[in-house]
Amino acid sequence: MRESAREAWTEQARRGGNASSLHTSGRAARAVVEESREQIADALGARPSEVVFTSGGTEADNLAVKGTYAARLRSVGASRLVASGIEHHAVLDPVQHLVRRQGAEVTWLEPDRCGHVSVEDLRGVLASGGADDVALVSVMWANNEVGTVQPVADLAAAAREAGVPFHTDAVQAVGQLAVDFAASGADLMTVSAHKVGGPVGVGALVARRDAKLVPLAHGGGQERQVRSGTLDAAGIRAFAVALTEAVAERESAAARLTALRDSLIEGALGLDLGITVSGCWTAGDATSRLPGNAHLLVPGCEGDSLLYLLDAAGVECSTGSACQAGVPQPSHVLLAMGYPEVEARGALRLSLGHTSTGADVEAFLSALPGVVERARRASGAA
Amino acid sequence: MRVVAAMSGGVDSAVAAARMLDAGHDVVGVHLALSRSAATLRESSRGCCTIEDAGDARRVADRLGIPFYVWDMAERFQRDVMDDFVAEYAAGRTPNPCLRCNESIKFTALLDRAVALGFDAVATGHYAQVVERVGSGGATVRELHRAVDPDKDQSYVLGVLDAEQLSRAFFPLGDTTKPRIREEAAARGFSIAKKPDSYDICFIPDGDTRGWLTSRLGERPGEIVDATSGEVVGSHRGSYGFTVGQRRGLGLDRSAQDGDPRYVVGVDAPTNRVLIGTADLLGVDLLRADHARWCGAAPVDEIRVGAQVRAHGEEVPAWARVDESDPEVVHVRLDSRLRGVAPGQSVVLYDGTRVVGSATIAATGLAGRTPSGIVEDSMTLTRRT
Repeated sequence: MRESAREAWTEQARRGGNASSLHTSGRAARAVVEESREQIADALGARPSEVVFTSGGTEADNLAVKGTYAARLRSVGASRLVASGIEHHAVLDPVQHLVRRQGAEVTWLEPDRCGHVSVEDLRGVLASGGADDVALVSVMWANNEVGTVQPVADLAAAAREAGVPFHTDAVQAVGQLAVDFAASGADLMTVSAHKVGGPVGVGALVARRDAKLVPLAHGGGQERQVRSGTLDAAGIRAFAVALTEAVAERESAAARLTALRDSLIEGALGLDLGITVSGCWTAGDATSRLPGNAHLLVPGCEGDSLLYLLDAAGVECSTGSACQAGVPQPSHVLLAMGYPEVEARGALRLSLGHTSTGADVEAFLSALPGVVERARRASGAA
Repeated sequence: MRVVAAMSGGVDSAVAAARMLDAGHDVVGVHLALSRSAATLRESSRGCCTIEDAGDARRVADRLGIPFYVWDMAERFQRDVMDDFVAEYAAGRTPNPCLRCNESIKFTALLDRAVALGFDAVATGHYAQVVERVGSGGATVRELHRAVDPDKDQSYVLGVLDAEQLSRAFFPLGDTTKPRIREEAAARGFSIAKKPDSYDICFIPDGDTRGWLTSRLGERPGEIVDATSGEVVGSHRGSYGFTVGQRRGLGLDRSAQDGDPRYVVGVDAPTNRVLIGTADLLGVDLLRADHARWCGAAPVDEIRVGAQVRAHGEEVPAWARVDESDPEVVHVRLDSRLRGVAPGQSVVLYDGTRVVGSATIAATGLAGRTPSGIVEDSMTLTRRT
């Protein structure tokens, strides 16, 4: 967490107060929440009344998908969800739940090998059904695994033409890319505090005032009657402080991270280990791929062997894939992008942030040849 | 040393990992995912390998402050243990899947991967002891011995390990009794200190082996035949559901004529016949076993051993010698008769507390008496190819 956010967090926690109460400390807490809401809205190109606080990105995604589905089913009978195959599980799982349990239909937008969703594909899907058929379109702003940035404004415009609400999960994008909710044309946008150096457990769904949402949980209706529960004033304060700082620093941070990312990717490709970079990468480009994302495919290796060996060498990374019963599964993102399972198993996701340095990249690159050699041997043994 | 501690989520492997850490080793915990369809939570003490078990193992690793990984060995387990289990029963034999798992999963697949990743050894929570001794050439020899706790001793299911596997194996619990291990787990603050022991076969959590086999092999109706008279005395739904020595579930507990109990004395898979007879037909004192594994050099002459044919079974004094023409085959002469010895079971040979070697029983017989025609028949029919 950012130093400034930590201080704001503990300060508000000491002060206390229930923002739903009418007494003095309640009013003081509400003032903090509303001031934070204004700052967050300002940082995201939204209006304060459009910010609906949640317990994080997952709840915001669920509210966007399930809440819009229920509202659109009731108002016009639309029962189809359109989403990309590379969405985060916080979008994928609610979509699949609605399909399996509540009779929804789904059309998946298949990305190209770079991870791009095509606007033409979306237009095609919307042309065949239209507003009475499609309840919601959901495409993430930038992918969390391979870093590909989607043409959000074009996708949102296509949805708007068809009269269908558009949701984007911008959890990864905020703080790394220029994110302006109003300019994007989206109806709904998910953000999370901890991805910008705020605390875990706070996020928001930014929702246009005309967005129709049926609540997921009932009881109090504190947030625009669509989200209930006493607000976490301290978490929200820290969220606002972290987001404001992250957005102010964004341009310089993005330039620094892009340079680090490029040296990491170029270094790894130059090691003559058969490593490839997935997603969309051009050196120096900070707009079509997340500046802090490097995603490598190492042929002949199991991701979890690489993970263990790198961890033992002091490099913390991720395979970028979900676990089922603790067992790493090949990433659904890579599979949706058309990579065969055997290639997807050797995935390595390296995220660079404000604490990452050139020395970290050097340490990674010097450990990599030995790590890959061992991981390949282990792969042959098993 | 850099050691992988295999952590099932149970008490024993948790204490084993902790003891390796105390001994100054560099320890990484690994939980083996052995089932493709792991149930979320367990309902009873039976079975293992659920998500809850993986979580319990992770919790212990976190408490110990060691890295923890889940390795997916489900495919290998399916092939080498479960499919083998089904095939053995289908062929009329009675396998021990725990022994197969130690042989091909824990001390082959797991150990090989660990070594490839730069580890020196694998530690498990088995109750057995490894004793290091200076051999004749001055080199250190590692011997496998029984655990001090006779109720928990698991040297039988480890008897299949060869010298190379043993050189990379640690069993840190062999010098302690189970109640003490539970006390130690509680003292170390492990939340699983009171977790029940797992029993039976982990992939058959309800304990219904015959039902589980039926779901895989289908019903295969056949005859139940009196081993002495050759007379058909009943019918069954699959000979794979029977094992030598079994009395229950025959549908005919006693003969109508003499009133004596009847037992399964042989399973003839090719003709799908289950052979039954009186208790005196169950006693055997000759074993021919193949798939021989030695914890060291194979014996040259006939050697004096103690033979054990099932986990926690009695040990019988015996003579053992390697077959003249086939080094994989062992002949064992028991001093006294053992009842209910089924082909497919392993015979583990001991010298005092030391494991000498093991082999899989292919045929049984009786010395000093003309074997009954049918028993002789079953000897040949159940021979492994």
